[in-house]
Amino acid sequence: MVQYTNTHLDASFAALSDVTRRGVLEQLGSAEASITDLAAKFNMTLTGMKKHVGVLEHAGLVTTEKIGRVRTCKIGPRRLEEEMAWIEKYRQLWAARFDELDKVVEELKRKEKVDGRKKRK
Amino acid sequence: MGARRESEHTSMKNITTVEKKSERELLVTRTFNAPARIVFEAWTKPELIKRWWVPKSMGMSLLSCEMDVRVGGKYRLVFGQGMEFFGRYIEVTPHSRIVWTNEEGGEDGSVTTVTFEEKGGKTLLVMSDLYPSKEALDAAGTGAADATQETFTQLDELLVELGASVGRS
Repeated sequence: MVQYTNTHLDASFAALSDVTRRGVLEQLGSAEASITDLAAKFNMTLTGMKKHVGVLEHAGLVTTEKIGRVRTCKIGPRRLEEEMAWIEKYRQLWAARFDELDKVVEELKRKEKVDGRKKRK
Repeated sequence: MGARRESEHTSMKNITTVEKKSERELLVTRTFNAPARIVFEAWTKPELIKRWWVPKSMGMSLLSCEMDVRVGGKYRLVFGQGMEFFGRYIEVTPHSRIVWTNEEGGEDGSVTTVTFEEKGGKTLLVMSDLYPSKEALDAAGTGAADATQETFTQLDELLVELGASVGRS
């Protein structure tokens, strides 16, 4: 029920639409890795892997840090599921409040009807 | 745990949707089967708000609820767990619009705007939470995500304990 329409999400979905990038995320989910490691693991050129990591980084799914000559990649601070999870939690809170509010509203409606019959507010 | 949620049994409720409108704004939308004046009343009388603001599923209790619903008026909700929500009303237009600040978070607090739009005896309620920056909204989310994480961690621990006791028996 979460309608999630922002550019961040578009970037996330675009990033996740590629099987290699999903594989990279899964890999980084268990341990950090350098671009070289990832390129070797996925049988790709360094340039190709750099592009993939770039897309993931842009979407906030991965962060990279260059130490010396090695660029290390890890899971980004804004993992999609985390963000979705808190928005869904927020929705659930409001849905629960509104379900209670329905009861109050129904009661006020009944009261208004009765008062209306008696004339005067 | 394992018990069915009460909400699963009553399926005819109106739907609540949440939309991330921008990097710093969240929108909540819900329709109520009543005219705007009634829904507005339920949002502006403390004795009525008390009855729905803290649903049981939140696991919290409201100790006090002071609300002076008029422009410049203040509100303060105090919960049993030492948590407080407070701020001021910036705009109060009967039956159509309420705007307030959320000041417990300091400078990163959001401004909440609730609008009531009546159509054919029903009211479409739209609530916007506008944060001063993307970072502020993200921080609010991270806090919530951390809380979720904490719950999962506790659950994990419980499951391990339960597993261990089953293993022993």
